[in-house]
Amino acid sequence: MASVVFTQNLKRHVECPDVSAPGATVHEVLDRVFADHPRLRGYVVDEQGVLRKHMVIFIDGRQITDRQRLTDPVLPGSELYVMQALSGGA
Amino acid sequence: MSTLLVSTRKGLFVIEGEAKSARIASSHFVGDNVTLARADRRDGAWYAVLDHGHFGVKLHRSDDRGATWTEIATPAYPAKPEGFVDKDMWGKDREWATKGIWALEPALDAAGALWCGTMPGGLFRSTDRGASWQLCEALWHHPTRVKWNGGGADHAAIHSICVDPRDPRSVVIAVSSGGVWRTRDAGGSWMPHTKGMVAGYVPPEQADWPENQDPHCVVQAPSAPHVFWCQHHMGIWRSTDDLETWQQLHAEPSSFGFPVAVHPREPDTAWFIPAHSDQKRTPITGEIVVNRTRDGGKTFHTLREGLPQQHAYDLVFRHALAIADDGDQLAFGSSTGNLWVTANQGDAWHAVAHHLPPIYAVRYA
Repeated sequence: MASVVFTQNLKRHVECPDVSAPGATVHEVLDRVFADHPRLRGYVVDEQGVLRKHMVIFIDGRQITDRQRLTDPVLPGSELYVMQALSGGA
Repeated sequence: MSTLLVSTRKGLFVIEGEAKSARIASSHFVGDNVTLARADRRDGAWYAVLDHGHFGVKLHRSDDRGATWTEIATPAYPAKPEGFVDKDMWGKDREWATKGIWALEPALDAAGALWCGTMPGGLFRSTDRGASWQLCEALWHHPTRVKWNGGGADHAAIHSICVDPRDPRSVVIAVSSGGVWRTRDAGGSWMPHTKGMVAGYVPPEQADWPENQDPHCVVQAPSAPHVFWCQHHMGIWRSTDDLETWQQLHAEPSSFGFPVAVHPREPDTAWFIPAHSDQKRTPITGEIVVNRTRDGGKTFHTLREGLPQQHAYDLVFRHALAIADDGDQLAFGSSTGNLWVTANQGDAWHAVAHHLPPIYAVRYA
């Protein structure tokens, strides 16, 4: 099981409690989370499953490298942080 | 009592009242980017488009005039077929994903049906008030669609949808740097309708190509549906023969601008908001004016009463001018958060607010 934490900024728009979910990749873990929270999916990835442009995901402190298919490996006990990249604009 | 939905960079504002008595009655989604909101008069529903940036574009509906809102489905593109070449004008692979929603219209051929125009150029249809959406495949797979390029934006956008009052299965859409298109079978097939339009930003031999035309806004005259008005990147055009041809018109102080509104019962009466060329996109000499024609564009009367006449730099975006059903009330909002209304077709304007966020769209509910 990996633990998954979502940015506070996302919680303003959609329910996304901190959870634990099984899976060997980011994709597998998030799919389990989205199964319980279907609205959340579209806030994190687009309709093709690609991580949204200004979102970032960390696994145990390392930023994932595959933003297209989310294949970065996840270990049992890993911590995933789904964050908002600091990007500009008003 | 008029109700006006004002979509801004930082929320949706509802205006009640007319002319001098118009006031902000309520605010919704404050802090969020509301790019478009409108009412569906068939069932009274209000729809709002939110662009959350990081978190994507979302659609919300209210069935109680804004008291409560429910998130509904966002149009979603299908997966791009393996090997399908679809590159934007910069040579990058075009993502098949909803980047924005720039048009939402009731589809009058079925109860609860809607048309939705998106970036990067897909037209969607819902038959269940936005609970689900289907991409209009015939338009998306039209051979010229891959050439639509969005003009100054990163993505081509369907910004105008005109549902024909004579036959709701006949629909006209306009696309930034993508032309004007019509279906007569509710989206099953599409034909371009740009004869007479000219683009000055491509080599001369391509100036009349349909996909090179950059309509900024197209409206259909409700009382004479064979008449269309277009504020184009290159100026003002009008069609009086049901889109067989377009004729260019000239207005002072400028024919450049973004929005157009047509009177609900007088097809020769229309309003434009002139701006200084595509290079500057400001009011001319700092004076905000509205142009009105009552003779089909032969002459334009420049309206100024109640509008700032010095050091004003507001731009009025394509969806930020609206006309009410009575044909007398109009409203427009600006890039710098000013909102004006009139109750006498623009003879005199009244400021409703000066400090709203940048205004993207105004629509009478």
